[in-house]
Amino acid sequence: MQRLVIDVLGDLGAGATDGLARLGRAFLFFLRVLAASFVVLRRFRLVTAEMASSGVRSVLIICVSGLFVGMVLAVQGYEVLQRFGASESLGVLVALSLVRELGPVVTALLFAGRAGSAIAAEIGLMRATDQISAMEMMAVDPVSRVVGPRFFGAVFSMPLLAAMFSVMGVFGAWLIGVRLIGIDTGAFWSQMQATVDIRHDVLNGVFKSVVFGVATGLIAVFEGFHAAPTARGVSSATTRTVVISSMAVLFLDFVMTAWMFRG
Amino acid sequence: MTSTPDPETLIDLRGVRFQHGPRVIFDGLDLTIRRGQVIAVIGSSGVGKTTLLRLVGGQLKASAGTVRVAGVNVGALDRKGLFALRRRMGMLFQQGALFTDLSVFDNVAFPYRENTDLPESMIRTLVLMKLQTVGLRGAADVMPSQLSGGMARRVALARAIALDPMLMMYDEPFTGLDPISLGMIGRLIRRINDAFGVTSIIVTHDLNESLLIADRVILVADRHVYADMTPDELRTTTDPFVRQFVDGAFDGPVPFHYPAPPLNEDLFDRAAPRH
Repeated sequence: MQRLVIDVLGDLGAGATDGLARLGRAFLFFLRVLAASFVVLRRFRLVTAEMASSGVRSVLIICVSGLFVGMVLAVQGYEVLQRFGASESLGVLVALSLVRELGPVVTALLFAGRAGSAIAAEIGLMRATDQISAMEMMAVDPVSRVVGPRFFGAVFSMPLLAAMFSVMGVFGAWLIGVRLIGIDTGAFWSQMQATVDIRHDVLNGVFKSVVFGVATGLIAVFEGFHAAPTARGVSSATTRTVVISSMAVLFLDFVMTAWMFRG
Repeated sequence: MTSTPDPETLIDLRGVRFQHGPRVIFDGLDLTIRRGQVIAVIGSSGVGKTTLLRLVGGQLKASAGTVRVAGVNVGALDRKGLFALRRRMGMLFQQGALFTDLSVFDNVAFPYRENTDLPESMIRTLVLMKLQTVGLRGAADVMPSQLSGGMARRVALARAIALDPMLMMYDEPFTGLDPISLGMIGRLIRRINDAFGVTSIIVTHDLNESLLIADRVILVADRHVYADMTPDELRTTTDPFVRQFVDGAFDGPVPFHYPAPPLNEDLFDRAAPRH
């Protein structure tokens, strides 16, 4: 029994130190990527190419998801609001939910699953097939040639995708609220326009999605770059990317929300 | 940084020790390679032949001893110095390691685009010339996934010689090739070595092919250079260990069995089961 307790405590401690060590390595890797950012951003064509492959290809899934989320918000929101005779406020409710929370958060979750996993798998396979080594032997730094463009591609794509998500969401809410249920279209738009604040709501949302872009981008390139060069290593890197990114996004969202809207 | 005494020496390893975790891979390894030679490095799998290349290329650092390339101590270089040295080295990886998202042309153009400021028109000329050397100018627009193993390796070879290196390193260049491609790669290695004044190190299992093209054959065993011979010396040597290697004998100084307790003990000694 005593033995068991010691084992469990030991495993717990080892797990904690492993996790902390990994966090430290990720942070050092982040600094390496930032140190290479000057070189990367000067060759912006590489970044736009990555935005095309990870960002543009996520547009469809982001737009479809945004549309449905907006439609659901409208149905649920109307159901509650009409009890208080405030169904005209549906536009405000939907727009604020999307711009402040759902736009950045759901976009980041979808992006981690759609693009983050692909980035991790791609870099992991490049490592497993010696492409990273070959690059180093050609005197080319893989952090500025492979990792950097993918990281910044994610950082720049995220706010743009989040904006699309919110726009599609508002459109979906309009379809349901105004076209289907019959809320006054003037009230829907004018209340939204009067209430949604550019700095307090929109810019905070943009800030959030940039932070999520940094988090998911970093996790994807870190996991891919440090994947074990085997089939299992690459598969576990992609899984970890999605799982850790999702948790990081939700955690960071709570921290930022608590700080931005503290009253 | 002192220069090597002999300017004809390109690579000089002195007392090199390398450890991977608790496992000692090299201990007291000495090796000198002269300019212009083709050196074949042979040895059992897992003896550290590839590690030797990585030490020379500075991807790994020796835990003791010195590795000098062209008089420069590789272990003492910072990142910038290392990259400057690597621009004068080419390495062919086992599976070619072509960038799968770039075409054959862009793969060969990669070192020029990343390491030089040459205009695109000149890069085109250079790339086509390198592809001509390996006989694949016609495949410039193909993607690597559409190439056969031998062709992929030839493209990788064209990419490795792009910047006209002084040293070429080949990691298992003959593995998994059909006899025709194998002979072709072998002759290419020799031709590139002589035509461009390169020094070549080939890490290989293929003794026959290396006897055909190498000036010297180096057998790595027991954590150091066990034998350093010309192909002719190797064919006639009486050293039992080298003989086993040359003849490919089943059992000899290199045992067939991985070290284990006696079979009887393992099968019938139930007192202390290991599995």
